[in-house]
Amino acid sequence: MATAPTEVREPDVGEEVGEDRPWIVIVWNDPVNLMSYVTFVFQKLFGYSLEKATKLMLDVHHKGKAVVSSGPREKAELDVFRLHEHGLWATMEHDE
Amino acid sequence: MTPFGPLGRRVRRSRRGGVELRLPEPEREFLRSLAPEMRELLSTPDDPAVGRLFPPAYPDDEERQAAYRLLAGSELMESHLAALEALEAAAGADRLDDGQAHAWLRALNEVRLVLGTRLDVTEEGTERPTSRDDPRLPAFAAYDYLSALQGELIDALSG
Repeated sequence: MATAPTEVREPDVGEEVGEDRPWIVIVWNDPVNLMSYVTFVFQKLFGYSLEKATKLMLDVHHKGKAVVSSGPREKAELDVFRLHEHGLWATMEHDE
Repeated sequence: MTPFGPLGRRVRRSRRGGVELRLPEPEREFLRSLAPEMRELLSTPDDPAVGRLFPPAYPDDEERQAAYRLLAGSELMESHLAALEALEAAAGADRLDDGQAHAWLRALNEVRLVLGTRLDVTEEGTERPTSRDDPRLPAFAAYDYLSALQGELIDALSG
């Protein structure tokens, strides 16, 4: 194994790579929001077709959650905020 | 007894855009009364029902969550309040434009989330009180009414 040159600081690879990975926005199931409302919100906020919005809503309903959007952190955070404005239970995390 | 009449046919898509509202006066008064009550409630952020309106963006990352709350918390509060103001301001209206109708949906939902949290509503459907003396009766009546009205608004906007 080669000896590392002196005073070369290892870049913080983990963090940098981590920041490049996209973020995903997850909507979780809850007992109050109406199915029709959740579908409406997905169409309104993300411009999804009725079919796509309905599929995502059903995933939330049956599987407990669905990934509804993804992208850089700033975009994901804005999406989460807009979902919170509509009373949906949304969180975000790094894609795996 | 509730101030709410039979459900259905309250909201219709308007040919001029937006929706037409056919609401009896007691229902309009009820809707008008929601904003002041919610404003008072929103000033008590430790209430768990209020907490439902401010979910965490980063549930597993305390540091990022604190930053999100700092950045977005007051803006989210303003947005919730603005929706309630829209509901209050147009509670007497016969017609809502699309923007107003959208704000109504959000305001009705805010109240439903608070009531649903308080009443511990579950996915399977929560049993309604059977006794007229049950103190939860008015809250259940309000919850069911707001759910029906919200549903009608969505149908009209989607149709």
